[in-house]
Amino acid sequence: MKRLCGLFFVCALAAMLRAEPPSSFAIRDARVVTVSGSELAKATVLVKDGMIVDVGPNLAIPADAWVIDGSGLTVYPGFINALSTWGIPEVAPAAGAASRATAAPAATPQPAATPQPRVRGPEDRPQNNSYERAADLVKPTDHRLEGIRAIGFTTSATFPNRGILAGQGALIDLAGDQGADMVVAQPIGEQINLRTGGFRSGFPGSLMGVISYVRQLYLDLDQYQQAKSIYAAHVSGTPRPEYDHYLEGLAEAPRILLPADQAQQIDRMTSFAQELKRPAVLYGMHEAFLRIDALKQANLPLLVNLHWPEKAREADPTDVPSLRELEMRANAPAVPALLTKAGVHFAFYSEGADSAADIRKQLKRAIDGGLPRADAIRALTLSAAEVYGLSDRVGSIDKGKIANLVVTKGEPFEEKTTVEYVFVDGKLFKPSKVPPASPAGERGRN
Amino acid sequence: MRTLLAFIALTCAAHAESILIRNATLLTVTKGTIQNGSVLIQDGKIAAVGTNLSAPAGATIIDASGKFLSPGLIDCHSHTAVEGSVNEGSLSDSSMVNIADVLDPSDINIYRALAGGLTVSNVLHGSANAIGGQTIVIKLRWGKPAKGLIFEGAKPGIKFALGENPKRQGYPSELFSSPAAQQRRYPGTRLGVEDEIREDFTQAKIYQTRWKLYNEDRAKGVHPIPPRRDLRLEPLVEVLEGKRYVHAHSYRADEILALIRTADDMGFKIRTFQHVLEGYKVAKEIAAHGAGASTFSDWYGYKYEVIDATPYNAAIMTRKGVVVSLNSDSDELQRHLNWDAAKMVRYGGLTPDQALAMVTINPAKQLGIEDKVGSIEIGKSADLVLYDKHPLSNYSKVLKVWIDGHPYFDLDQDLKDRITLADRKKDLIAKEKAEEDTAKKKADTERRAVDKKEGKLPQEGAL
Repeated sequence: MKRLCGLFFVCALAAMLRAEPPSSFAIRDARVVTVSGSELAKATVLVKDGMIVDVGPNLAIPADAWVIDGSGLTVYPGFINALSTWGIPEVAPAAGAASRATAAPAATPQPAATPQPRVRGPEDRPQNNSYERAADLVKPTDHRLEGIRAIGFTTSATFPNRGILAGQGALIDLAGDQGADMVVAQPIGEQINLRTGGFRSGFPGSLMGVISYVRQLYLDLDQYQQAKSIYAAHVSGTPRPEYDHYLEGLAEAPRILLPADQAQQIDRMTSFAQELKRPAVLYGMHEAFLRIDALKQANLPLLVNLHWPEKAREADPTDVPSLRELEMRANAPAVPALLTKAGVHFAFYSEGADSAADIRKQLKRAIDGGLPRADAIRALTLSAAEVYGLSDRVGSIDKGKIANLVVTKGEPFEEKTTVEYVFVDGKLFKPSKVPPASPAGERGRN
Repeated sequence: MRTLLAFIALTCAAHAESILIRNATLLTVTKGTIQNGSVLIQDGKIAAVGTNLSAPAGATIIDASGKFLSPGLIDCHSHTAVEGSVNEGSLSDSSMVNIADVLDPSDINIYRALAGGLTVSNVLHGSANAIGGQTIVIKLRWGKPAKGLIFEGAKPGIKFALGENPKRQGYPSELFSSPAAQQRRYPGTRLGVEDEIREDFTQAKIYQTRWKLYNEDRAKGVHPIPPRRDLRLEPLVEVLEGKRYVHAHSYRADEILALIRTADDMGFKIRTFQHVLEGYKVAKEIAAHGAGASTFSDWYGYKYEVIDATPYNAAIMTRKGVVVSLNSDSDELQRHLNWDAAKMVRYGGLTPDQALAMVTINPAKQLGIEDKVGSIEIGKSADLVLYDKHPLSNYSKVLKVWIDGHPYFDLDQDLKDRITLADRKKDLIAKEKAEEDTAKKKADTERRAVDKKEGKLPQEGAL
């Protein structure tokens, strides 16, 4: 207890007197889980100007560094949510309504009250926000960020998630003075949702309509790019191709994210990705326990949704769920373990599970399902960075990487574990003790 | 030694594929009935049919004494195994959508249909619009992924629809008690439906020409910008080029004639008229166009445009030279199409073979797969159904179903599986309940601890 109170060891008194945030830290004598390499039982992590300067045992600590005594603590790379809307205040659920039940619907677009002009087909580009950039939308004012940082998340692959062509993601750090400070890399991909307005809505009103629409858009993009290059080579006398905002958006994204939760959706999106001839990432994976071999063969990066399927909170007690539903509920949390065993890489994302209690519970279920703890950490750090081709800057504790770190006392996501420090971009956050989700707040939630 | 082992392994592998079904009454459909007949299945195909077949060494022998063997049943109009809506009803022409994209091999109705002897289905888009989506013929290979269902070599189709459904102008709210109305769309009359189809084919021809000109230019070494590929018009070009079948939902005689005229004008063929409940009035014209008719046995009167119908429709059309099949259009009806066929003996006096043909070889002809399935003949796929009684009897039950020589349904196995699956379900529910109870207990304990700490709980003995 005494150690907890007096943790800061001030070496440069002058720096403190100026009351400027320190730019240099040394976390000393800590257990360091680098993720990229072997675990260091007792080592020092040096941070300066937002970067990891060095990591290893017996490092010389620079004179100007603030020193944190890490004995009894473990340093991990900051956790990464591989697909979320974190950082976009507009899609955050209203403050106070943090439970997943309310978070999910808030993230989906509300139907417009005024009648829109009739959509005549794919040419009208319905529900298309391909050009919208998460990088332009993120703000540090998203009220979810503080709570998320407090459980060790420093980074997120954030997507606007509006419509079918749901916009371009950015890898963001979960702190900054303004939105622009948060962006690590952009664009990192185009998220595609297979959303429909339903039978009576405009085009596309069916799953097959959405698929044909996406297919047409990528054919249009091919033609658009071909037309532009032919035009560039033969400007004189060739009619100029018409500028298409929506296709420009698609062209920018280095990869597409396709939803695939159930077995037949995994099959469908695997072949759709091949057909579209673009680097693709599949997200969802709750019924992947039926498709482990096929996924290994497909060799696509996977994002596993931590929001495991479970019985509806207000389920009618007389309702008997289908066997398939029961199998999904029972087996989905074992998917990460099965993928790991088969040597298939994946990262985690938390669809709407934004509270510490939720994420902890969901990760615990994956670990109970047989996922080795080290693999769980990898799926939350380096694997997520690899999915987006950004493992050169985040995801592990290595010299030269961005100083996103989480320092815990105990194994992460265990109930009694505390997060002592979080570094985002080398900036220190000392989470006010995460309030252990008060049992009162848990009431009525299973 | 090694060679010997390899030889043994090879012969075993070959024989594992062989099945001899003996002593059955064979309803070949195309070659009459063979009493005490046998069928030899090898490599998924019917290798021999006759009365005196001997089993190759290692073949599985099934004694079917007193039982009946028919070809697998074929349904020319199904909406089974589709994920999401079967209608992209938002547009008057939604030919860019494709049922093959949304096949759901986990739809339990596949298995249930299989248990009724169905082995092939023509899975169609709905009838919400004049030109609906692309269609696909599947084999009911339950347990295989979506790609494994697709009937290799069967020509794809496209759904057209005439009459009340497409002229509804979309789905205005007054038709359904739903606040979410579709915006009204063209067409609003039967005339409009014909016009829509004519307009779409006109566009398809322009599109076809545009690509032809482009390819000519390229051959000349010019560098034109390629036309945009249009997924809506491409299937219609395929129809014009005879690469895709048209299955047209239709009821009234006048609209059937109108579509034949439109097709003749635009230069394409209608492969089948679906439902076609007034087909008996224009059977000669349907036959002359070369179209088939896929109808219901005795289902009509369910809306105004189907009141002038008769269960003799199928028999009358048959006598006028139309290839007629009976379809289900339903997850339920597809489980006993053989009984629907039986009604044709009663209504119109067809022979049992003619009746069975309406759910086997005739739909096969309509789908252009009659060289592969639809009858018990040497060289065809071993898609077979074993019944305990004559399949035209109401008392008949399906005992076994093979597709490509593989068993996909077995009544005895099914009865065992029911118990296994019910037990599995019970276990899963019990496990979930136990976890729930543990979590609840834990939460309760924690709450009590907090309440006690905060002094909210009355001290024991205080009351």
